[in-house]
Amino acid sequence: MDFAMTPQIALALLLIIPLLAAVLIPLVGKSQNVREGVTFVAGLALLATVVYLCIDVASGGRPELRLGSFAGRFNFALKLEPLGATFAAIASSLWIVNSLFTLGYMRGNKEKNQTRFFACVAIAIAASMGIAASANLITLFIFYEALTISTFPLVTHKGDAKAKRGGTIYALILMGTSLALLLPAIIGTYVIAGTTDFVIGGIFPPGTSLFATSILLFLFAFGIGKAALMPTHPWLPNAMVAPTPVSSLLHAVAVVKAGVFTMLKVITYTFGPALTLATPSSTWLAWIAAISIVLASVIALRQDNLKARLAYSTVSQLSYITLGAMLAVSMGILGGGLQIVMHAWGKITLFMCAGAIYTIAHRTNISQLDGLGRTMPWVFGAFLVGALSIIGIPPLGGSWPKFMLMMGAVDSGKAILIVALIASSILNIIYLVPIAVRGFMKAPANPEDDAHIAEVRKKHRWVIIPPVITAIGSLVLFFFAGSILDFLQPILPAGGL
Amino acid sequence: MSFLEFVPDWLLAHGPAFLMALPLIMAAITAILPNKRVAWTSTFIVTAILTVTAFTIALYNAEVGTTIYKMGGWAPPHGISLVIDALNAPVVVLIALMSLITVIYALPATVAEIKPNKRAPFYAAFLLCTAGLLGMTVTGDAFNVFVFLEVSSISTYVLVAMGAARDRRALSAAYNYLILGSIGATFFVIGVGFLYMETGTLNMADMARILADLDGGSRVAKIAFGFIVIGLGLKLAMFPLHTWLPGAYAYSPTPVAAFLASTATKAALYLLLRFTFFVFDPSYSYVADVLMFVLVGLGVVGMIFASLQAIFQTDVRRMLAYSSVAQVGYMLLGIGIATTASVAAGYLHLLNHAIIKGGLFLAIGAMWYRFGITRTEDFRGLGKTMPLTMGAFTVSGLSLIGVPFTAGFVSKVNLTFAAADSGWWWAVAVIMVTSILALIYIGRLLLVAYFQSPPVVNGEVVVRNEAPIAMLLPMWTLALASVFVGIWSDTMVGMAIRAAELLLGAG
Repeated sequence: MDFAMTPQIALALLLIIPLLAAVLIPLVGKSQNVREGVTFVAGLALLATVVYLCIDVASGGRPELRLGSFAGRFNFALKLEPLGATFAAIASSLWIVNSLFTLGYMRGNKEKNQTRFFACVAIAIAASMGIAASANLITLFIFYEALTISTFPLVTHKGDAKAKRGGTIYALILMGTSLALLLPAIIGTYVIAGTTDFVIGGIFPPGTSLFATSILLFLFAFGIGKAALMPTHPWLPNAMVAPTPVSSLLHAVAVVKAGVFTMLKVITYTFGPALTLATPSSTWLAWIAAISIVLASVIALRQDNLKARLAYSTVSQLSYITLGAMLAVSMGILGGGLQIVMHAWGKITLFMCAGAIYTIAHRTNISQLDGLGRTMPWVFGAFLVGALSIIGIPPLGGSWPKFMLMMGAVDSGKAILIVALIASSILNIIYLVPIAVRGFMKAPANPEDDAHIAEVRKKHRWVIIPPVITAIGSLVLFFFAGSILDFLQPILPAGGL
Repeated sequence: MSFLEFVPDWLLAHGPAFLMALPLIMAAITAILPNKRVAWTSTFIVTAILTVTAFTIALYNAEVGTTIYKMGGWAPPHGISLVIDALNAPVVVLIALMSLITVIYALPATVAEIKPNKRAPFYAAFLLCTAGLLGMTVTGDAFNVFVFLEVSSISTYVLVAMGAARDRRALSAAYNYLILGSIGATFFVIGVGFLYMETGTLNMADMARILADLDGGSRVAKIAFGFIVIGLGLKLAMFPLHTWLPGAYAYSPTPVAAFLASTATKAALYLLLRFTFFVFDPSYSYVADVLMFVLVGLGVVGMIFASLQAIFQTDVRRMLAYSSVAQVGYMLLGIGIATTASVAAGYLHLLNHAIIKGGLFLAIGAMWYRFGITRTEDFRGLGKTMPLTMGAFTVSGLSLIGVPFTAGFVSKVNLTFAAADSGWWWAVAVIMVTSILALIYIGRLLLVAYFQSPPVVNGEVVVRNEAPIAMLLPMWTLALASVFVGIWSDTMVGMAIRAAELLLGAG
């Protein structure tokens, strides 16, 4: 065969595979099994492509692909680097696991319009891949908007008044912040720097006014609404009206990680750590992120609805990454990058557990979970593992980024921020662990119900297996943190900081 | 140029005269044509011919450069000359094309809005207006400009007043416009008179040469410039001389609103460019002062205030009208910075905004046609009840905001760069802020249209009722044109830069 895989072709495949799936899914929508088959084949093909690209990137390759230009001066181009490859890797790998879960959830709950659902997810994945591989800010912006638009039908999937209201807030905040703040920030960057390409160490010419960069940094931090930095966060809890598979993939992985990924990318590739550190507003933003971390944890504490609690926990955990970026020291940025990976695996586990509980037991509130762990030990076990990873307890993946962020806070001379990190970890323990503890320790309120649940449970194995897989993943990742860090190291300017 | 080979020589030679003579003559004929379809058909044919002619002239201009047509064979400066150059060729195409688009759209719209016995006069007035706009764009004679300005203005008063069949407020709007428009025209003609006093000629090229010899001329020339800027400022709705505009746009018949929004103020802006940079020159200190302090100042104030006013309108057409005043501010800002790049950006925004605002007014007109919608809260559920019309409105609206891949983005980005290159950082900030204001006033409509359910009328939910094809076609033509320009912008940007280079010299 004279067809040879090259990184460039692979880069194009990142977009082509999920888009092709999105086209095929409605065509074969009549037969459920074929339709899901398309999703899995596409998922595996995409994962293979991403792995191929990761290997290339790890060996120093930076594949590029120019798709065209518009408005005379803007290039529409892709270029993969380690941070993007990492994001692409988690999105594509968790797409497969989550598709298993989606299958179990959608069929188990007999949701309507499943074809539209799977097609939209595929488009959203394509948009995420585009974000991961964007070569410049303007390309990233376009995929960023595409992600918002393609996920809107998913958020409003149920179609009732509540879903519409949630969807409106979702679209309003994400579109509003991106058009009102992110786009001006990008244009402003282009005006000052003459390019929006992602270059290691930043693109701003030396001597750029720090006042201008301060304003731009503010515009970026709040314009990237998907990073849910307070006060742009309300879209996230409101998006929880979506079916749980959407929450688990999009609002624990693709959408929110697209946000914090963009934040990290802007700091490392547009501003550069050195300039970020010199820019006064980065300190302000670090504090805002710290406040976000603690405040969102406090709000999470007060939620009885399981998904709402997880949503606020996500808001809090995302701000860790923003904080890491704003610290602008190597430990902060690498810790932020690592947090993207670890939090994705941990939080998707929690969301899938919440979905499993809803599918099997039809319970949504934490106060209803007493004793349920005895009937659903795997689900609650996975939940506990995921929770411990989010909290950051060794030997789980989530412990490394927390540790590194604390180091980063010290390195950047803002050691007092450690207080926020520790406070949040304590709050995490208080609002996550008792959920699992209730399940295992407390007596069930109504043992007959639980006996019935134990019966139904056997039908729903596809909502139980995926969270167990990701829980194991969270554990395994603990031992691979070093390799991920080695992989991410080249995103920092040569010679260290 | 292969297309030009098929064009008869007489059209190339006499095209400029043909452009204004044909609609003038046909206006008179149309006025006495029987009503019903005949008047529309003749108007349609005339505008179609005008569009082809305009394109031909523009292509010919791109090939051979500036052409001067001597009316009746009388050589300038004594005879009247018609000039086609890089500056007015695109405007001519714009006016002709918009007249064709408006006429197609008017077929269903006039049936709903104009009484049968008024339709032939309506088309006659429309053709007169087109003739006036084309005439003032192509002519090289300053007094001739005034004549055509009045031809277009007076026919516009009639057209606006015809909205009275739909809304009686059209009469007061037309009266208001008549008073202010006449004052504007008077100022303009006084200015031309002073210029004649100073230079002894009415030919614009001749005036320019003599003024340059006089180093900008005496106090008379300064006064002339002031009168001309104020007179044109009224016609182009420069803040705070814009008060006639919201009423005229809101209460005129829907095709008229679209046509006015995309051509009338644009032709006046073209004249402002012509007088400021061609007849006068920014190297004269008083011109430079006016550019810097009057045009930029009023432009920026207009951008901010009119955008804010647009946000607080409850009538969508008034909102779009205030938005037009704000957009004129962008163009004035571009003109006022007075570098080649900024004038090109302002000129580009002139063309792009005509496409954008035309599309928006056509869409809102179709909404009125189907559901009688004029107010913002009536937009509820339009995404479901009129998906195609709302789609066109959305595309044009996003272009107005300046979202990537749209025409509005191209011109705003170019203007931003031009401002930044000249070190006008505060202007960059103003452009950003007013774009956000545009996001607010357009976004809230999109929000209502797409995120609220269709209203319940007489106990029944309003069902899908799409606009007729004769309305959809024009509005989507403009919406797609706006996307096309947003992606393949090189032609448009190239035209704008050529126009700016003609005015300011390369670099």
